Amino acid sequence: MRLSHGGIIDRSKPLNFTFDGRSYQGYAGDTLASALLANDVKLVGRSFKYHRPRGILSAGSEEPNALVELRMGARREPNTRATMVELYEGLEAHSQNRFPSLKHDLLSINGKLSPFFAAGFYYKTFMWPASFWEKLYEPLIRKAAGLGRNAGLADPDTYETGNLFCDVLVIGAGEAGVKAAHEAAVKGARVILCDEQAPGDAVDMPNVKYLPRTTVFGVYDGGTYGAVERVSDHLAVPAPHQPRQRYWRIVAKRSVLATGAIERPMVFTNNDLPGVMLAGAVETYITRYAVAPGGRAVLFINHDGAATVLAAMGHSVMAVAAVVDARPESSPVIRDMAAAFSVPVFAGAVIRRALGNLAVESVEVFTRDGGVVRFDCDLVAMSGGWNPALHLTSHLDDKPVWNDAIAAFVPDGLPPGMTAVGAAAGDAINQNITPLWSVPGADSKAFVDYQNDVTAADIRLAKQEGFIAVEHLKRYTTLGMATDQGKTANVNGLALMAMATGKTVPETGTTRFRPPYTPVALGALAGPHRGKSFKPTRYTPTHGWAKSLGAVFVETDLWLRAQYFPKPGENWLAATNREVLAVRQHVGICDVTTLGKIDIQGPDAAKFLECVYTNSWTNLAVGRARYGLMLREDGFVMDDGTTARLGENHYVMTTTTANAGKVFQHLEFCHQWLWPELDVRFISITDQWAQIALAGPRSRDVLRKIVDDAYDVSNAAIGYMAAGEVTVCGGTPGRLFRLSFSGELAYEIAVPARFGGTLAAALMAAGEEYGIVPYGTEALGVMRIEKGHPAGNELNGQTSAHDLGFGKLLSKKKDFIGRAMAARPALMDQARPNLVGLKPVNESDRLRGGAHLLAHDAEPVAANDQGHVTSAAYSPTLGHSIALAILKHGASRHGEIIRVYDPIRNGDFLAEVVNPVFYDPEGSRLHA
Amino acid sequence: MRIVCPHCGERGLQEFLYHGDATVTRPRDGGAEPTPEWTDYVYLRDNPNGAHRELWYHNAGCHAWLVVTRNLRTHEITAVETAHDVALGRLS
Repeated sequence: MRLSHGGIIDRSKPLNFTFDGRSYQGYAGDTLASALLANDVKLVGRSFKYHRPRGILSAGSEEPNALVELRMGARREPNTRATMVELYEGLEAHSQNRFPSLKHDLLSINGKLSPFFAAGFYYKTFMWPASFWEKLYEPLIRKAAGLGRNAGLADPDTYETGNLFCDVLVIGAGEAGVKAAHEAAVKGARVILCDEQAPGDAVDMPNVKYLPRTTVFGVYDGGTYGAVERVSDHLAVPAPHQPRQRYWRIVAKRSVLATGAIERPMVFTNNDLPGVMLAGAVETYITRYAVAPGGRAVLFINHDGAATVLAAMGHSVMAVAAVVDARPESSPVIRDMAAAFSVPVFAGAVIRRALGNLAVESVEVFTRDGGVVRFDCDLVAMSGGWNPALHLTSHLDDKPVWNDAIAAFVPDGLPPGMTAVGAAAGDAINQNITPLWSVPGADSKAFVDYQNDVTAADIRLAKQEGFIAVEHLKRYTTLGMATDQGKTANVNGLALMAMATGKTVPETGTTRFRPPYTPVALGALAGPHRGKSFKPTRYTPTHGWAKSLGAVFVETDLWLRAQYFPKPGENWLAATNREVLAVRQHVGICDVTTLGKIDIQGPDAAKFLECVYTNSWTNLAVGRARYGLMLREDGFVMDDGTTARLGENHYVMTTTTANAGKVFQHLEFCHQWLWPELDVRFISITDQWAQIALAGPRSRDVLRKIVDDAYDVSNAAIGYMAAGEVTVCGGTPGRLFRLSFSGELAYEIAVPARFGGTLAAALMAAGEEYGIVPYGTEALGVMRIEKGHPAGNELNGQTSAHDLGFGKLLSKKKDFIGRAMAARPALMDQARPNLVGLKPVNESDRLRGGAHLLAHDAEPVAANDQGHVTSAAYSPTLGHSIALAILKHGASRHGEIIRVYDPIRNGDFLAEVVNPVFYDPEGSRLHA
Repeated sequence: MRIVCPHCGERGLQEFLYHGDATVTRPRDGGAEPTPEWTDYVYLRDNPNGAHRELWYHNAGCHAWLVVTRNLRTHEITAVETAHDVALGRLS
């Protein structure tokens, strides 16, 4: 019921909202929870396991019960705490975990079956027969369990991340937090003040950045704190260009923990009926939101703190039937306050149980002298004491310590730079407390953990079955799990275990807290880094040119490369076949910019190459290029490429596309850490130079028209593996390499990246008379398989130089990375799967990557596996399917017929093991 | 976590890549044979309960390799040196 005055709501701004389809009205400043209570809506959800009717327990982020599905469509969010949702016009919320309706929930039968659902029921009930698990039990459990439903649609909102730096971070803007912020600010410190609630009284102090709706959820090393600011969650939709939430990484020299305390429920039978609330929450609803959560209340306490609750209720229109004080004697604070409002106090008494159907209607009180008194009421305000909200103090492994005087854990060791103040430090809470961890006779309807339906009986059962250690208790009963992480439950549960085992609470221990303090949307952590902002596209310098020719593109890592250039009516295979044949017979061009390019300079550059490559480099002449192989220090192949010597102390290395960054980092490692004495420097030039392969028997004819006349491009001047600087197209600086990946007479021409598209167009124009074609990565791949060049599928991190037929590249005369470990006998064993070619016996059979290789007469079982197909293609040059594969003893099995087995794609046929170089094995075309 | 890069100043963890143990030394002139010394260098690592020296790479910064002295229990960083300086010192 809404009170006529008071609170910080704005009565001039009514807001309409719906809950389960029914319309209600609240005010600006309400939460969904306060607005529901103002409309006398008490039943808001069903519990997780027993589907018991549940209401609103708290007024804060600790809420275990009042979880709703908020919003609709793509913005629907399950398990949203009604106590943390600020009301806005048009808000739509639905209760969850009920069928068909909140009032008539069929699965509430689970409550009657509770003996089956007690602690550990998952482990006991669904054990037998095992075959039922996958087909019956698991789908059934998944349907019945869980809470709300996900939207199932892409999140339409945006998120941001940012960094903040300050001298002092104050966590919590209650009385103690504001005081701490003020004290630090007047001394000139830069202060950030975070509070998880909506802005209350404006905090406007110089030097203080106030972040309301911001939860500090984690403490990390080096004074780093994680916080989520709910920028737009109090609005129907975010304002234009505003994120929904912002994830702040806050770096603070010091921090002040002013997070207050979280109240403990009393554990008695039916303490989960809607209308049973934490006493502090009742006070908050009255004073902050001007809502009376009930008309007639019973207050159940064991310490002095609830006097203010009594006052708040007394000053409102509410009637208070009784104060039930579990302490043997009540205290003057309570007695005087009760007397002021003429409320009877029953000391030494307990609420034995609450009664009611979908909400509390009365309570049974056991008095000190053994009598039973029944009070009609629609609200039970309970307080078993308060627990300091010290979660953040244990994120860096510190443990809280038990304080017997206030019967609560208080911070002990703190993260570096942190100070705890106010209730978070245990100050001024639980005065004159006599702990009451559960009411005598609390049974399987006396809830300790509301969210997980863990009862006092479950904890006794866990003890009886030997799950006594705190961490076992948690896992066996699920106490303290799920979205609230046991904020209201953990200490009660721990104390009940202590009682059951006859130990003290500190002897029993405490579960420690890990981040996040409250649930954090993954979207907030990802921030803007999703989609293309997570994985941006790298365009090659010839992208626009290729697009204008109708190229189909393919993603290779971040790069978008031309895959093939279809003519009208051609599919990918027809286009690829045409491109391959054109290159083999005439000439073609292909953008190879994506290969990593590293410029290496310095007097010790050659020595450095000797260290990182397996083969020899000191004898490479200026103007020449060479293939190089890199190993990891454990002896396996890391990468390969060519390196050209452009000057006395100047080399240009290429790497594979995939490993460009990794190789660069590796070179830095080798230079800075392993061979620091070498005078060498390098820099990545992948993005600075466009590089185009020009391949085919007519490539020299085309080249002659592109390279300026001052440069001789004859076979005598630019022989195979020559390299040098030239100018092209009338003065454009360029680099010319006579390299061939295709196996044809071929060149690679590099020009500054901005000229890449122009160069491609110029090559096409120059080659028109020779039948030039552009070719893409498909044709590139086919030709490299035809030539037996290992690439990414073969350089898979598990192959050695010997496996790939590169044994001869391991120099015996010098040290290099991986040298010693590559000499391990097992890495040179010919029995290891090593590189072969495969040719189907029946030429119409299609070889596919990933197919397994078996002896031709072997059963297809894993034990008989001898290798697999690494790369496969249709060879238009040979007219049948070909493949590279790694096969045990492969090098010595050329000519053997083996079985190619590919059960998931129905492949099972015979193939001949052949030399991996299918095309021009003598290499005569390269040297043409 | 924050690392004070000798070149760039104090930076957040996300700029750095962790590599591994900085206390193992590649056998200089260790020969071509896979001796136990090589095996230890490649595979054997200590996990001390306390201070440790680690190699980090300032990937999103100056590309310097760093030797970071870090307490594996408390995560406290007590020293950051460039790997190049440490490696040169090892030679002299």
